[in-house]
Amino acid sequence: MNGVPPPGVLRLASHPFFEGMKGDLPQTLAPLAVERTYAFGDMLIREGDIADRFVLIFEGKVALEIVLPDRPRVTIQTLGGGEVLGWSWLLPPPEWWLDARAVKRTRCLELPAAQLRTLLDARPEYGYQFLLRLLPVVAQRLDHTRMQLMDLHGR
Amino acid sequence: MAASSMPAGPRDGTGVSPWVPVPFRVEQRAAETADTITIVLTPPKGVPATPFLPGQFNMLYVFGVGEAAISVAGDPAHPEALIHTVRSAGKVSGALSQAALGTTVGVRGPYGTGWPLAAAEGKDVVLVAGGLGLPPLRPVLYELLRHRERYGRIEVIYGARTPKDLVYYNQIQEWRGRTDLRFQTTVDAADREWYGDVGLVTARVPDIRIDPANTIAFLCGPEIMMKFTARALEAKGMTEGSIYVSLERNMKCAIGVCGHCQLGPEFVCRNGPVFLYKDVRRFLSVREL
Repeated sequence: MNGVPPPGVLRLASHPFFEGMKGDLPQTLAPLAVERTYAFGDMLIREGDIADRFVLIFEGKVALEIVLPDRPRVTIQTLGGGEVLGWSWLLPPPEWWLDARAVKRTRCLELPAAQLRTLLDARPEYGYQFLLRLLPVVAQRLDHTRMQLMDLHGR
Repeated sequence: MAASSMPAGPRDGTGVSPWVPVPFRVEQRAAETADTITIVLTPPKGVPATPFLPGQFNMLYVFGVGEAAISVAGDPAHPEALIHTVRSAGKVSGALSQAALGTTVGVRGPYGTGWPLAAAEGKDVVLVAGGLGLPPLRPVLYELLRHRERYGRIEVIYGARTPKDLVYYNQIQEWRGRTDLRFQTTVDAADREWYGDVGLVTARVPDIRIDPANTIAFLCGPEIMMKFTARALEAKGMTEGSIYVSLERNMKCAIGVCGHCQLGPEFVCRNGPVFLYKDVRRFLSVREL
């Protein structure tokens, strides 16, 4: 699996999101990263809460869920090792629009959104590099959403 | 398998015309999902078993209703009974899915090309199925596992609409428990009882462990799913010359005569349904074809 963590401490630069990135952004961000481990069933983020971090998943599985008042909770996507969670922190208002729940023991590195935004604002070359990595993630999820909307398997 | 240029059917050897269905009997039936069943058909006494290749299909005739092309979903080593998995999606498939035990169903076939298992020997093998794309690939998996030593890594990705739409559920649990293949399932959406993956099969492709230069992939499912899966496999380093797809078209005669299933220069029933992706990809983008 992509993003299989090295034994011991997780290293930011080894996550596929930063793999091959030009410059020293991973090294600059590394001191900010906080390692977290979520047990099965733990919530990583909750809809409506302040989007205060960027999560890099190294191992495990996270379900993105939508809660509707009159329907059962729906899982719309799962993320695993090597993937990233959340871009709501980048755009105002920084608020989560989904729930994310660990459905396996999950190890992550988390970057605090406020400091990350400040750094990306202050160093546009970092900001550009970062967005070049984030945009394909957004685009891929948009693609997948479009295909899910077509309900191909249901036909 | 090389396609014959002459209308031909497997029952030619018995002196029966390929146009004439042989009356089989519904011996077993089992519900897979709310709208999908698997039926086991046995031939009349005196009619020998008809070997089939993984990927081939039969024309199943519900008398008084009509005929439909349905892939063979059983084990090629046990051709004595025909196994088909059918989703109720139209008049014929609806009637088949309602067929009671003992019902007579006409069978013509098997027809079409098979998946090129010989070309897979010595290579990693990727099977990607979407929805009812798994039944046409199940015979491949039987063969791969029967001759496991001939192949490298085996990666299977199977996607369905919801967990309730997964077919062969118990068998999938067995396959997932094996150490000599990796079987990933994913669904488009799920409730909280599902702890598996949620997302498209294409999202699972980056995760497969293969040597892209020495891998063959067989894809079966909605065409747009195959198109995007092929793109994901190419991004993984595979070439279009090592990707095969199974196409579905409106088949009537099944022997390359009537032209109902024509796709560009190909008759899907005779030259397919299994094609090398590079040979058909341009037709899959032609509007209204």
